[in-house]
Amino acid sequence: MMAAIILVCSVVFLLQFFVSYCRSLIAASIKHPLSAEVQDVTGIKTSATGDDFARVVQLLHLCPDRPEDRSGIQAIGAYFGLLGFVRSSVARLIPSLKSWTETERGQCTYFAAVTLERRIAFSRDMFAQQLET
Amino acid sequence: MPGPFTYFVWLLGFFCEAAVLVCAFKRKAFRRYLLLNLYMAGAILSELGRFKILSEYGFNSKQYMYFYFYSDAVLTIFLYFALTTLYAHVFSEMKAERYVKLGALLLLGGTAAFTAAVVLQSSAKLVTHFVVDLSQNLYFVGLVLTYVLWGAILKLRETRTRLIQLVLSLGVYFSLFAANYAIRNLYPPLYTVFVPLIQLFGVFLPMAWAYAFWRLPEEAKLVPARLAVIPR
Repeated sequence: MMAAIILVCSVVFLLQFFVSYCRSLIAASIKHPLSAEVQDVTGIKTSATGDDFARVVQLLHLCPDRPEDRSGIQAIGAYFGLLGFVRSSVARLIPSLKSWTETERGQCTYFAAVTLERRIAFSRDMFAQQLET
Repeated sequence: MPGPFTYFVWLLGFFCEAAVLVCAFKRKAFRRYLLLNLYMAGAILSELGRFKILSEYGFNSKQYMYFYFYSDAVLTIFLYFALTTLYAHVFSEMKAERYVKLGALLLLGGTAAFTAAVVLQSSAKLVTHFVVDLSQNLYFVGLVLTYVLWGAILKLRETRTRLIQLVLSLGVYFSLFAANYAIRNLYPPLYTVFVPLIQLFGVFLPMAWAYAFWRLPEEAKLVPARLAVIPR
């Protein structure tokens, strides 16, 4: 009985913490303007849509990553999956939830684009350092 | 012996723990979040110790099992105190540090007493069972305390992004572990599935903290009310 209560509490708290954590990651990156180069590559001009997420993540995998960036993109990837699940299940019954999930999915894409920009900058720095040596 | 994937996750966790210390040091956040960083340093030492004992005595040895559970219990207590320093950060303007420390000690004593009472009724290997159960109970107590802290952050309109991310990632970590232990207690046959997951979960916290120290400057701000699942 005790273990069941702990399990239910843990799962409920986990969902709340996870969603809030992912939204804090997104909120920290949303103010970052995308460079013209990344806008061209990703096709994101002003606002991003959830449909572009997979493509931006594919581009992201082409760049060398850094361990401290990995947790962010993995967490947002899981959050995107969770939003997709909500959109295709609960949101069919609650229309307002559908528009909310769409906005959130778009912000996930924007986060991935910001991470892509950072990785490109990191690769450039590494390349420049190699040229210097 | 563990397989290549286990070794890979282990190594990844080890590097992420080291990355936390490096990032905190480079971003001049080492002293500000001293206990969090000391916890990571302790985790690194514990990983090294586990690896040494594993290579000397093997995965199924008693030595490895005892070292694993005892070091885990010590680290959990350390993380519990690290959590109380996050409380001190959030309540810093209220000068409530003394009360936070006193409350933390009382709660730790209470959890230990409760665990001892349960173990005394049901077990022969008192100390070992006490250590394992204390660790499990502290994960849940830590989870509840983190939830209360998150509530306080929303109520007090705390805006420091780094602090918020440290608290939220700790909440995710505690809830993953508490849920894992609860499932294992409810369905013991699933032990083989959920024990390896612990290692994967263990990588999340150092990764998230390294990200918070490296990417977010101390002065970065956000509106916490926008993060809540239920708008306030």
